[in-house]
Amino acid sequence: MAAEIYLNVAVSGVLTGLVYGLMALGLSVIFGVVRVVNFAHGEMTTIAMYVAVVLFSALGLDPLVMMVPIAGVLFAFGYAMQAGLINPFINRPEHSQFILLVAVAIIIVNVLLIVFGPDARNVQTSYAYDSFLIGPLIVDATKVYAGAATVLVAAALFAFFRFTLIGKAIRACADNYTGALVVGLDVKHLYALTFGLGAACVGAAGAMLALLVDVTPALGPAYTLLAFIIVITGGLGSMPGALLGGILIGLTEAMAGLFFTPSAKSMFSFGLLVLVLLFRPQGILGKRLS
Amino acid sequence: MIDRLLEGVPRRGLALLAVLLAALLAAPWMANDYLLTVLIIILYFAYTGQAWNVMMGFAGQLSLGHAIYVGLGGYAAAALYVHFGVGPWIGLAAAIAIAMLCGAIIGFLAFRFGVGGVYFAILTIAFAEFARIGFDHFRWVGGSSGFFLPVANYSRNDLWSLRGSPTMFYYVMLALTVAAFVLCHVLLKSRVGYYWQAIREDEVAARSLGINTFRYKLYAVVISAGMTSIAGVFFAFYYNNLFPEQVFHIGRSIEMILGPIIGGVGTLFGPIIGAFLLTGLSEAMQNILAALGFDIPGAKQAFFGVCLFLVVMLLPDGVWPWLARKLGLTGRKS
Repeated sequence: MAAEIYLNVAVSGVLTGLVYGLMALGLSVIFGVVRVVNFAHGEMTTIAMYVAVVLFSALGLDPLVMMVPIAGVLFAFGYAMQAGLINPFINRPEHSQFILLVAVAIIIVNVLLIVFGPDARNVQTSYAYDSFLIGPLIVDATKVYAGAATVLVAAALFAFFRFTLIGKAIRACADNYTGALVVGLDVKHLYALTFGLGAACVGAAGAMLALLVDVTPALGPAYTLLAFIIVITGGLGSMPGALLGGILIGLTEAMAGLFFTPSAKSMFSFGLLVLVLLFRPQGILGKRLS
Repeated sequence: MIDRLLEGVPRRGLALLAVLLAALLAAPWMANDYLLTVLIIILYFAYTGQAWNVMMGFAGQLSLGHAIYVGLGGYAAAALYVHFGVGPWIGLAAAIAIAMLCGAIIGFLAFRFGVGGVYFAILTIAFAEFARIGFDHFRWVGGSSGFFLPVANYSRNDLWSLRGSPTMFYYVMLALTVAAFVLCHVLLKSRVGYYWQAIREDEVAARSLGINTFRYKLYAVVISAGMTSIAGVFFAFYYNNLFPEQVFHIGRSIEMILGPIIGGVGTLFGPIIGAFLLTGLSEAMQNILAALGFDIPGAKQAFFGVCLFLVVMLLPDGVWPWLARKLGLTGRKS
């Protein structure tokens, strides 16, 4: 009996972790190519979550279906942000980029607060309380859909970077900035595309997160931190690492919530982060930085 | 000693500094209670900004988790005061020791394992957040429901046990800010200061010149941590309450470093100018919006974000280097 509870919590933690992993994948892609740490990442996620909530409450559109258009909206947002704001900051020192993105984050949180107010909002789908019975396991249907969608989106992104010409060009920029310029790649455009793709991941993850948690503007900073923890655990710049990190963090938090108290759960993810930073600073799947 | 301190400082800068100090010393006679409170907040941020600047501005180590030192300092002194009746000045010594130890641990772990740049910044966030949640569950000091000091008696100023009127706290904070300013000036002109700047500009080159970069980076973290914890003790005795969600929150760490970044990282005046600008702006916004009857939560912060954005776009090095040029103060230091 007891073992089943642990297994159930573990499966639920892994599925939620996958969605977190997709959000963090966006951060990882952006850092891996543009070398800018997106301090407004969680805030962008809340934008996607609010778009999903508004579409659902106003038009009754299911966030799982709207995932693709929401990702599109966030792609445009990300492209514009990189092209308009961050590209001029590429050669600025780290703290300067940091302030720029913190300013963006502050603006996003508070504009959301002005527009939507501080109260939590959620999405109640018809299948919100459905679950699958697999042997002794009882798994939330919503989480299964979200987990499956995450795997699909991540696979599509992998394929894009691996097999398309633009994906190759972006990887070339990541490998060697000057080299990419020399062979005539439009680096600024590719950077903007990358930021857009990262933001699209955030859009898809945000749409699914709207199904899993209640949305408030205050979630933004917490998700930014969560994304940091995940990508650093998995390996900043490594795409499979982000998903693995997400799963690990989801599992750790679920287990900590079960064994200790739910309010202390993120302490364990921070503990994990500290351990990883100390003993494998490049992350579990990351490459050694030169 | 004094001669060495003043070496290389333009005369005009010295005069301006004297005027500023005189104005700050005289402020309690002219300011009302509200203005005095705002001035205390400004000095608080000028002081913590100066402390943070030692690490980032001088030695180039970006910390985004400085709230941990404020929190540890505040909690250490407050716990000694409440549980054992130990006065704040003795508590201060304990607070500094604990914060320095914590800084040494973080620095040791990070620098020993070669954690740097963005990774170091995120490590500092991780430690601060770890402390926040840890203190949320630390029953001895009240856990998440907060830790309270007996409320100050405003009628009598007792400097020894740090209980008294806002005016007393104002002068304590002013003294701290001036002391930090002088200390930073001395540090910058010292051997350690030049080592730090070498590390900041190019760590590999610094090491190849024979500078023990591990040791000097560690010094920067420890000194910065100790200085910051003093602000924590002040915070605890001034506000008389401590909540982990408040003191350790990442928002506090960010607030603390916005001033010096806006003012100018690595400059001595940057943190002071930045604190005046940011706190002044934020309070002015509050009043203007209230006067207009525009009372929407978030409006002030959103505008604040826009201002931040404009400063970082238009004055990439911060306000002070620009202001110093305008005032004709671009002597040997800026």
